[in-house]
Amino acid sequence: MSKGKIVAGVLAPHPPHLVYGENPPQNEPRSECGWENLRWAYERCRKSILKLKPDVLLVHSPHWMTVVGHHVLGVECFQGLSVDPIFPHLFRYSYDLKVDVPLSLAIAEAGKKHGLLTKVMKNPDFRIDYGTICSLHLINPAWDIPIVSISSNNSPYYFSNEVGQEQMEKLGRATREAIEASGKRAVLLASNSMSHRHFTSEPEIPEDMSHEHIYHHGQYLWDMKMLSLMKQGKAKEALAVLPEFIDMASAEVKAGALAWMLSALETPTYPAIVHGYGSVIGTGNAVVEWNQETKGLEL
Amino acid sequence: MNPIVKALIVPGLPQVLLAPEKNPGWHKLRQAMEAARAEIESTQADLILYCSTQWLSVLGYTFQADPAPEWTHVDHNFHELGSMKYKFKIDAAFAAAYAAEVKKDGPHTMLANYRGFPVDTGTIVAQKILNPNNRLPAAMISCNMYAEKNETIEIGRAGLRALEKTGKKAIVVLVSSLSSRFFIKEIDPKEDHISSAKDDEWNRKICELLGDGRLEDVAQVARDFGREANGDMGFKGIWWLDGLCGESNDFSGKLLGYEAIYGTGGAVVTLTPKSAIKSKAMVSEAKAPAPAAGEKHIIEASQAPEPVGAYPHARREGEFLFLSGVGPRARGKKEIPGVTLDKDGNIAAYDVEVQTRSVIENVKMILEASGSSLDQVVDVQAYLTNMKADFPTFNKIYAEYFSKIQATRTTIEVGALPTPIAVELKVVARG
Repeated sequence: MSKGKIVAGVLAPHPPHLVYGENPPQNEPRSECGWENLRWAYERCRKSILKLKPDVLLVHSPHWMTVVGHHVLGVECFQGLSVDPIFPHLFRYSYDLKVDVPLSLAIAEAGKKHGLLTKVMKNPDFRIDYGTICSLHLINPAWDIPIVSISSNNSPYYFSNEVGQEQMEKLGRATREAIEASGKRAVLLASNSMSHRHFTSEPEIPEDMSHEHIYHHGQYLWDMKMLSLMKQGKAKEALAVLPEFIDMASAEVKAGALAWMLSALETPTYPAIVHGYGSVIGTGNAVVEWNQETKGLEL
Repeated sequence: MNPIVKALIVPGLPQVLLAPEKNPGWHKLRQAMEAARAEIESTQADLILYCSTQWLSVLGYTFQADPAPEWTHVDHNFHELGSMKYKFKIDAAFAAAYAAEVKKDGPHTMLANYRGFPVDTGTIVAQKILNPNNRLPAAMISCNMYAEKNETIEIGRAGLRALEKTGKKAIVVLVSSLSSRFFIKEIDPKEDHISSAKDDEWNRKICELLGDGRLEDVAQVARDFGREANGDMGFKGIWWLDGLCGESNDFSGKLLGYEAIYGTGGAVVTLTPKSAIKSKAMVSEAKAPAPAAGEKHIIEASQAPEPVGAYPHARREGEFLFLSGVGPRARGKKEIPGVTLDKDGNIAAYDVEVQTRSVIENVKMILEASGSSLDQVVDVQAYLTNMKADFPTFNKIYAEYFSKIQATRTTIEVGALPTPIAVELKVVARG
């Protein structure tokens, strides 16, 4: 068996609005359109990722929030209905997915070797969180690639952003080791927005784009600063300022996905491809790709 | 009729429902919640209203509006404890009434009536233990993650108004931990304890206050508690409960249990009102809308005597209401209570007791029309046209109304007042 590898990592935010705007058959609510800059960014990214022919998609989602350990799915098939508890009028999505259980178990084991508390979720009644579903749909709406879903373990961040980040970087290393041992080609999805302050109301027509803008200019500037570092291939510097970014921009990356992914990618030094940036109900979102094969040289 | 029959605070972690046998403390909390259920069942409530800190919203407030939500739920963190199958009976009409009251105050509202809409673990745990078999229809409101103290209290107040308007009596339940610092390593359930001694001390202080029925006092210290003891969602849920329960300490409190759940603090408390709880809107339907910070607001009270010049009855500035001078006249009438005029319009006789009572009743009317009340008065200036003759009587009647309020007062004799009256009050009150 040849050595497995991570072929790409994607900052893959999960606003349900993007799925709603697209009107896929799995989603019950219907829209006129909406959030095209991000949806078209995802279309570009999707082409690039699927060209890599990955064997497995791994997603780290803030909406599978755990407080005792890092959890992975340990059941092979899940079918169900994901209803967003915050935007149920936009997202009621029927899913049917396959889990790469051997890789999930391998990540849990590798995590333990790194001193992390890991758990395998074996309850077949478990409902997959909407963040995981959204990011996966936007990258692979055909759902024909097995997945690994990893929870976001919040409790280390109770101590400090730095403590939380250290754990996520360990989890990233454990993930890489497990993928390499599996012989598979893997794509990592960090299911996080950037700045993350929502408006607390929405227009009568949710897809009315005349109401859409970033919540606060300061948060926008921070988002741009982070994207600029990513575009310059300065992932190490991005990780260094991540704790401050989290505080200054109320960034959702506090859930740990970005730190996990950049660590698993061995902190890339090549330029990331920013496919697009836009706001969703005030939050800042970017679709960013680190392609390990092209190293950012081509789309 | 008291719209709040009983208020409860209970933890919402699944150990209490699914695994009480694994730890003596979890078992005690389960028993405490069952004792609370017995208290509930001894009352004549019409519904049970929940707010859980595990059901977060960002778009204002969401209300469960599916009349019969049904699902098999698995907790995202403690999934190994098993599944929670539920089918609840919801008072959707009350949900709509509550949402309408919240909307009046400005926040966005949403009635969620969708198949598969997730009920959170906390609400499920509480409902399955406190209200098994759906003995009471339930109502459920989300906890807005961005709302601070003022807004959260307003959301509670709106719930009280909704109960008054629908004529329903409720058991109201806050589903929230106290301190919320979990162990970050796997523990043997038998060795569970509060993860920090500091958190434990804070929790015990909160428990002591709640056991004494001092809900308003707990609401006052909630921000400190939330910061110091990592309170569950900053312990903001207590503000909702406080707004709903009239913002007072007038309760019989009972601490039925306090134990650790995976390092967090869980308490079971019941609060039974000692006196009637009424919203400000109940006191006066004509509540003036609360102005935004810095905004001036003119108040005309439709029942109060007409002003005799170009001035309003009251004006709101910040947190305070400033009332124009108020006399004893009655709206729409030529005759002035306590004043007898001769045929030329001169004062033939006057009764300072009747006038004083009428003046104070007019003040009360204007305050209530402004959304305030007499007990919110902070300062009074009293004008008498004959200090020597009238002060003793004025002072006696004044004391009947104000002795418990303890507003500051200044009394001045004046040569005349604009109409043939002997008493006028100038009042400042909290809005």
